[in-house]
Formats: sequence, structure tokens, C-alpha cells
Amino acid sequence: MTAAVAISLSVNGERVEANVLPRLNLADFLREHLKLTGTHVGCEHGVCGACTVRVNGDIVRSCLMLAVQTHNATVETIEGLSDSGEIADLQSAFRERNALQCGFCTPGMLMAAHDLLKQSPSLDREQIREHLSGNYCRCTGYQAIVDAIETTARARSGRLP
Amino acid sequence: MTSARANPEMLSALDRPGSYIGKTVPRPNLDRLMQGRGLYVSDIELPRMAHVVFLRSPHAHAKINGIEASTAKQMPGVIAVVSGRELSTVITPWVGVLSHLKGLKSAPQSAIAVDRVCWQGEAVAAVVASSRAQAEDAAELVSIEYEELDAVTDMRTALDPATAVIHASLGDNLAFERNHDAGAVDQAFAESDEVVEADFVFGRHTGVTLEPRAVVADWNAAEARLTIYQGTQAPHMVQNIAALHLGLKESQVRVVCKDVGGSFGIKVHIYADEMATYALSKLLRRPVKFVADRVESFNTDIHARDHRCKGKIGVNRDGTITAFEIDDLTGIGPYSMYPRTSAIEANQVVNLVGGPYATRNYRARARVVFQNKNVMCQYRAVGHPIACSVTEGLVDMAAMKIGMDPIEIRRRNLIADNAYPCASPSGLRFEQLSHHAALAKLTGMMDYDALRVEQAALRTRNIHRGIGIASFIEVTNPSAAFYGVGGAKISSQDGVAVRLDAQGSVICQTSITEQGQGSESLTAQIVGSVLGVSMDRVRVILGDTDNTPYGGGTWASRGAGIGGEAALQATKVLRKNILDVAAAILQAAPGELDIVNNAVVNAADSAPRIELGELARIVYFRPDTLPPGIQAELMAARHFVPREYPFAFTNGIQASWLEVDIDTGFVKLLKHWVVEDCGTIINPQLVDEQIRGGVVQGLGAALFEKCVYDERGQLTNANMADYLVPMSGEMPDIDVGHVVSPTMESELGAKGAGEAGTAGAAAAVTNAVNDALRPFGTIITEIPLTPQVVLTALGRI
Repeated sequence: MTAAVAISLSVNGERVEANVLPRLNLADFLREHLKLTGTHVGCEHGVCGACTVRVNGDIVRSCLMLAVQTHNATVETIEGLSDSGEIADLQSAFRERNALQCGFCTPGMLMAAHDLLKQSPSLDREQIREHLSGNYCRCTGYQAIVDAIETTARARSGRLP
Repeated sequence: MTSARANPEMLSALDRPGSYIGKTVPRPNLDRLMQGRGLYVSDIELPRMAHVVFLRSPHAHAKINGIEASTAKQMPGVIAVVSGRELSTVITPWVGVLSHLKGLKSAPQSAIAVDRVCWQGEAVAAVVASSRAQAEDAAELVSIEYEELDAVTDMRTALDPATAVIHASLGDNLAFERNHDAGAVDQAFAESDEVVEADFVFGRHTGVTLEPRAVVADWNAAEARLTIYQGTQAPHMVQNIAALHLGLKESQVRVVCKDVGGSFGIKVHIYADEMATYALSKLLRRPVKFVADRVESFNTDIHARDHRCKGKIGVNRDGTITAFEIDDLTGIGPYSMYPRTSAIEANQVVNLVGGPYATRNYRARARVVFQNKNVMCQYRAVGHPIACSVTEGLVDMAAMKIGMDPIEIRRRNLIADNAYPCASPSGLRFEQLSHHAALAKLTGMMDYDALRVEQAALRTRNIHRGIGIASFIEVTNPSAAFYGVGGAKISSQDGVAVRLDAQGSVICQTSITEQGQGSESLTAQIVGSVLGVSMDRVRVILGDTDNTPYGGGTWASRGAGIGGEAALQATKVLRKNILDVAAAILQAAPGELDIVNNAVVNAADSAPRIELGELARIVYFRPDTLPPGIQAELMAARHFVPREYPFAFTNGIQASWLEVDIDTGFVKLLKHWVVEDCGTIINPQLVDEQIRGGVVQGLGAALFEKCVYDERGQLTNANMADYLVPMSGEMPDIDVGHVVSPTMESELGAKGAGEAGTAGAAAAVTNAVNDALRPFGTIITEIPLTPQVVLTALGRI
């Protein structure tokens, strides 16, 4: 087994120094080493989107990225985005529309949705559905999620519902 | 509806000003899940906790000739490598049968296979280590010697004399058979103007909960107590079974269920690897955690459906349906699941076929056979999609045969809305259904006639769109008739305890569970409404056998109807108790007082008399100031179970509008409509979202989902890249409407809504595809409707 590697990174604005095995993926590093359990593991092969986090501003599947690859990187998880208030409006829309049931997909879903909303303030339902097509939700059937994102898009771009 | 409500004078919860019943209010505690602060089993860590990884059989059927683990046991972090035989010293095997399913048989199943494996994925040994990675490393060094045996894979030949018998002690591969014959079927067919037959094929699929099954078992040898943290729908059932097979009393087992990442019936069962994890904790005297990976989920989470059903319908030229007949065959893997058994789905198919219709002539046979594939059992809408697809497919074919519109043939045959109470030919008793009201509402919502015009216009441009209709009935609010009468210790009653705390807030403990449906919300809505307090003052506790009343949990569309009524009745008692104390404090009569908006008020003019917080302060801290002889009881508990009807049937109808690309075989869903009747609606938004989520699970089965086995019993698509699930891009918007026929069996009047969507979605889609393909003279009766199936039917491949 290869020896541990020292990494230094920023996680939700906090400096993190760690020694990790090269094979450790980012999702397991966040969950098991940093106890950031809001990042969920659903399929472990990059299909379901439950482990979506932000690395250097881009959303990534943390099960497909190794922890050592985040050396010197800025990593943000659902805990960070929640505490900073960055997605408070989106979370509020999800709450009002009951856009989550079991909630297991929700952190990843919020990450992906917020990424889309940042890219483009004016969105139609087809664009929303297309962007979310890498995030699996077994509970809702997606319509409530699409509704909540559409509502947030309207609010952010100053359009009335 | 002629029955009278039990306590008409007390019908306060539904009508009181400020009532939350029938209102859309956000669920409590969503922020926790949205901020990543939930606590799923996969998040739980305990001191000294070890991780278990199971070695699983690569063969569908094989003898285990040897397990060599000496090298693995020397690996870093390894605590133990345990075989099935070693584990059998702490846990006994089980047999998944129920006495009311006459003739159902199965073989003893062990937590870890002993001597023989019966499906690809069955656990053969457990590796326990300090971390999961260490356990997986060591598992690679365990060497198991197998001797492959003949695998029984095709259910159609499972009963042939030439086919190997999986369990010699059972004599054959037949697990269960049920025959039913009502009315005069042969005569009806003989006298019918037309008789139509078809063979229906339903793929094997599975639940794909986003959080895999997970359990942390913590045997505390000093307390002689086992705590099981598990995402289960039925904590008291888990308590009973774990105690039974580990040789413990139920009082020695506590089951805790925090957040659950999706269930849908997948997590209502008890799996061999979960039993093994409980046993390993007892054997090793420390907490042990098991979290399935995705490949394990596909290989060991129960599969569902996998039916081949011959169907036959008789019809007269005036549209009268004269008879239904079915012959259903299903394969359930090598064991009947425990403790709910794997015969329930086939039994439901027999129960439900033809259920919405008035004909009295019905004959059915269902056979359930063993195979060397993963176990099969109850998944959302058990049996309903099979029964609905067969029934509604036959009805459409009958309509086509006599040249009648699909809506019209249903209008002529659905049981009349004023015919209740009545019974189906299979003996199901219906209290009050609303098929015709639902049909009328549906055709209005979808503008049926205009859609037909649009369809015809597009047809001329070689665009092939179809409309599919599916009526259905749904089993909800099951009484003891479901499991209890068959000897299973699965409670059909639920309990709720509700109490006023010292600041006038309310704590409510309920035996139903939460997996995202909104159990907490509906309970808080009922308690708040009945008591007269705001919902934010109601805290709901569930999912803990130490801290809730005894009850069944949340499955079979029962939480709102049964647990909700228990909450209503418990809160009525608490309300009376509060008013009795308030009357003593205020020197008034209890009847002159009411509770509104967190305060006791005058019933007559709503003038505030005393805040609940102040009342609680007096009761708890200055009881000396109460009049002599007054002992306040600010806690009440009540239980509820339906007694009059074995099941509260609901009904509904669905419609699908889709387009078939005849060149590629792809089906594009354009719109879906549902009208259903779940009785009293506690929270319209939650009901609608249950319906929508259920529909999409049915759409997955209709178009994408199938566990593909090869002839040797190897599951060839056990990952989420190859097993397709519905994603947002392919799913349509779904319009939901309601008809409301409350059940008179409870004061609340609520029936279940959790499975209605799944029950009819695939039938609506299949009928729509066949409607779209009508010009091509082909009928498809197989799901999933993959491009390959569609193109084959069109003769293009």
C-alpha cells in the first residue's frame, strides 16, 4: 500500500491539513475524515450526483475525485453553502414546494441547481430538467424540484412568478 | 354514503377555525435535510465501531467446499473473518411463510450461507475490520472453493420435471399457488360476442433507494442489550425478529430509525446481511456497521414484479365486459423473504385483477416459483402494477375489438359510484369508491376530446402520439388481515402519545415512521388542529422502539390513515384533560371553554382566559394551588386499527400522453394525469407529491428498469450506468386531481395515497404506446417498453 500524502486545502473557508492515502476519494475524505456528512454517497461511480460538491468554483462528483487532487484547492460542501447563506433563497423555495422527501439527494441537487442558476438567470423548465439529469431523485419525480428552481430563477432575475 | 360518523358531535379537527387539515403547510425539519445536517445510518459512528464487508457468491447456485481465511485474518485492522457456520452459534435460521397463505412453503435461510449458495450475491463470509477499506482489502485474500450446481433461472421451466429442485426437502420449486373462481366464467366467455387473450410480461426491477441499506448494530454486553440503528419502515417488526433469532427478549432490543434515504418497500423487510450484522455485533461484543455498496444493492435489495401473466377478457358489442381470467406466474428467487413472505404480490394480483369493474365472473390462477436469482418481495404498490396493466390492457384490447373508445368502455363497466358498499369478484370489500367521478374529472383535466383531435391531426404528419387510460384500485390502511392473521408479529395498529410540556408546547410520540412522505408533518397538523395549538409548538418523535408507542410503522399506505387517526384520538383526550384542569383553575365548566391559538378561551366569545404555558406552569410547578382532588393528566395515549374493513380501498385513474418515434423506438412522455381518491386529504401538497413520486417509479418500470439476468443466473447490469432509472430529463409534468370519499371507519376519514401513482402509471403508458401504434396493427404487452421492444413489435429489427 502506498504511503499517505500530505495535502493542504480550504474546506468551507477553513484551512485543512491532512495526510491521506492516494486511493482515498474526496467523498470519503469529506465524510469520514472531516465529518462533513452532508455530502452523500449514493452510487460510488459518478452516476447519481448525491456526492456533488464544489471544487475551485466548479461542481464535481466527489466520488470520482481523489482527495490528493484537492491539494491547494478550495472545496465547498452543502454545510458551507448553507452557513454562508449563499443558497438560502433556493433552500426556501425547496421548503415551500416540498421539493425533497427523504432528502438524501438534496445536498447534491441544491449544488447542481445553484450552479445552473449562477450560469444563467433566465431558465425554462427544459433547461432545468436537462441540467439536473445527472442527479437522481427516487422520491419526488422531479417536478417539485424543477418548480422550486424555476421559482428561484424568477426571483433572482427580478421576474415575477 | 349512509354510515354515520362515530362521534359526530366531536368532529372538531376538520372544521375548527385555524385547522391545518386540508392545508398545504411546509414539513417540519426540512432545513435539517437541506443543510446536510440529517442523520442517516450511513452517517452514524459509535466508539469501538467496526465495519463489516460481506464476501458474496459469484455463482447463482453452488456448494461451498471450503473457506480459507488465514491470510486475510493477518491483514492490518482485521478483527474477524466469520463463516455462516460460525455465525450460526449466535443466530438461528428462519423460514418465510405465513399461515394464511395456504400451502406457501420455503426453506430455512441463514444469515450467512452454510454449505450452499442459492443466488449470485448471497453472503458467504463476513470480514470485520476497523475500517471498511481494511475489510475490503482483507476480503480479497479470502479464498472460497465452490462447486457450481445447476441454476434454475427461467420461471417458465422451473416446475418442469427435468428442472433441478432447488430445495430437495420441499419436493419441487413451487412456493405457492392460489386458485380463484367466481361467477360462471366459462359460460360468460361462451356467450360473449368477443373474447380477447394476451400474454403480459413484466420485467424484474428493484427499488434503487438512493441511500443503500445500512445498519449499525451495537450489542452492549454489560447491559445485555442490542441497539439497532437502521433505516427501516417497521422498527417494532425489526425488534421482534432480531430478538427472536438472537435468543433475546424484545425488551433487550432497541431499534432506532433516524433519517432514511428512501424506502419504497425496500426497507420494510429484514435481510440476511442485516441479521448477520446484528449477530456479528453480539459475537464480537462491539458495534458493527454495514453499508451496502451499489453493486450489493442491486444484487441483494429485494427485486420486484417479474411476472408472466396470461389474460383473457370477454366483451359484448354493447361494451359490457362479461368476464376476466388470468394465469399468473412469478419467480421469487430461492427463498420466500422474511417475515412478510414473497407470495403477497401474486396473491395481490389475484385479488386486484378486474377490481374496478362490475363483472361478477372472474377466474384466476397464480403460481409462485423458486429460482436461483436474488430474492423478490414487496415493493411499492405490491401487485398493483401487474393487476392494473393486465386488466387495463385487456379492457383496451376489448374496446379496440368492438370499435369502442377507451373512455366509453370504462364508463359502461366501472362500478357505479352509488353501488357501495359492495364486493369484488375476488371477495374484496369496497366501502366507497368513486370511479365515475374520477373518470369525469380526468377527461376534463386532460381535455380528452381535444387531445384526440390533436392526435388525429398529427397522425397525418406521421407523428404518432398515443393516449393511455388506466383505472385502478389501491389497498390502503391494512388491518390485521394482511400479516397478523398469518402469524407474523407485524402490528397493524398504531399508537400515539401526546403531552403538554411545561411551557405549553406539545410533544407527540408516534409509532409510524418517516422516510420523507411527511409522517411528521401530518401528525403535527392533526395534533395542532385538534388541540388548538400552532404547528410550530408540536414536536413529533418517531422511529425509536424505546420512545414511541408500539405499532406497525409506515408501509402499505397506512401511516396517515391509521397513525393519523391514533394522533387525532390521543389529542382529543389531551384536549379534554386540559379543559378539565382549565375549568378547575378558572372556576368554569369545561364545556364553556375551548383551546384556540395556544390559549384556553371562552367557547362563546373566544375571549382569552389562560395561556397553555401558564396552565402548564400551574399544573407542573404549583399543583398545590389547584382545587383539592384535581390531578391533572397532561399526557394521553390512544391506539387505532381498522376493524370493519380489512383494507380501506382507494381508487383512481391515470392518463398518459406520449409520442413514439417509430424509427428509433424511443417513447417520449409528454404529459401525465392522475385523479385519485384517498378520502380526507390532510396536506394536499404532500398527497400530490406522493402521487407524483409514485407515478415516476411506475414510469421507470414502464420504460427503463429491468434487472437483466443471463441464463446462468448472473445479474448483468448491477450498476446505475447500466440499470436505467428515471432522471429529470425524461420525466413529464404530472397533473394531479382528487375526488374525496372519506372512510367512515375513522373520524379522520383518511385513506392511503402512497402507492396510487405506482399502481397505474405503467398501464397508462403501455396503453398509450399501443394507442400510438394502432395504425401499425401491433400490440405490445411487455414492459419495460425499451426501444428494442418497440422496434421488434414494429417488425423493424
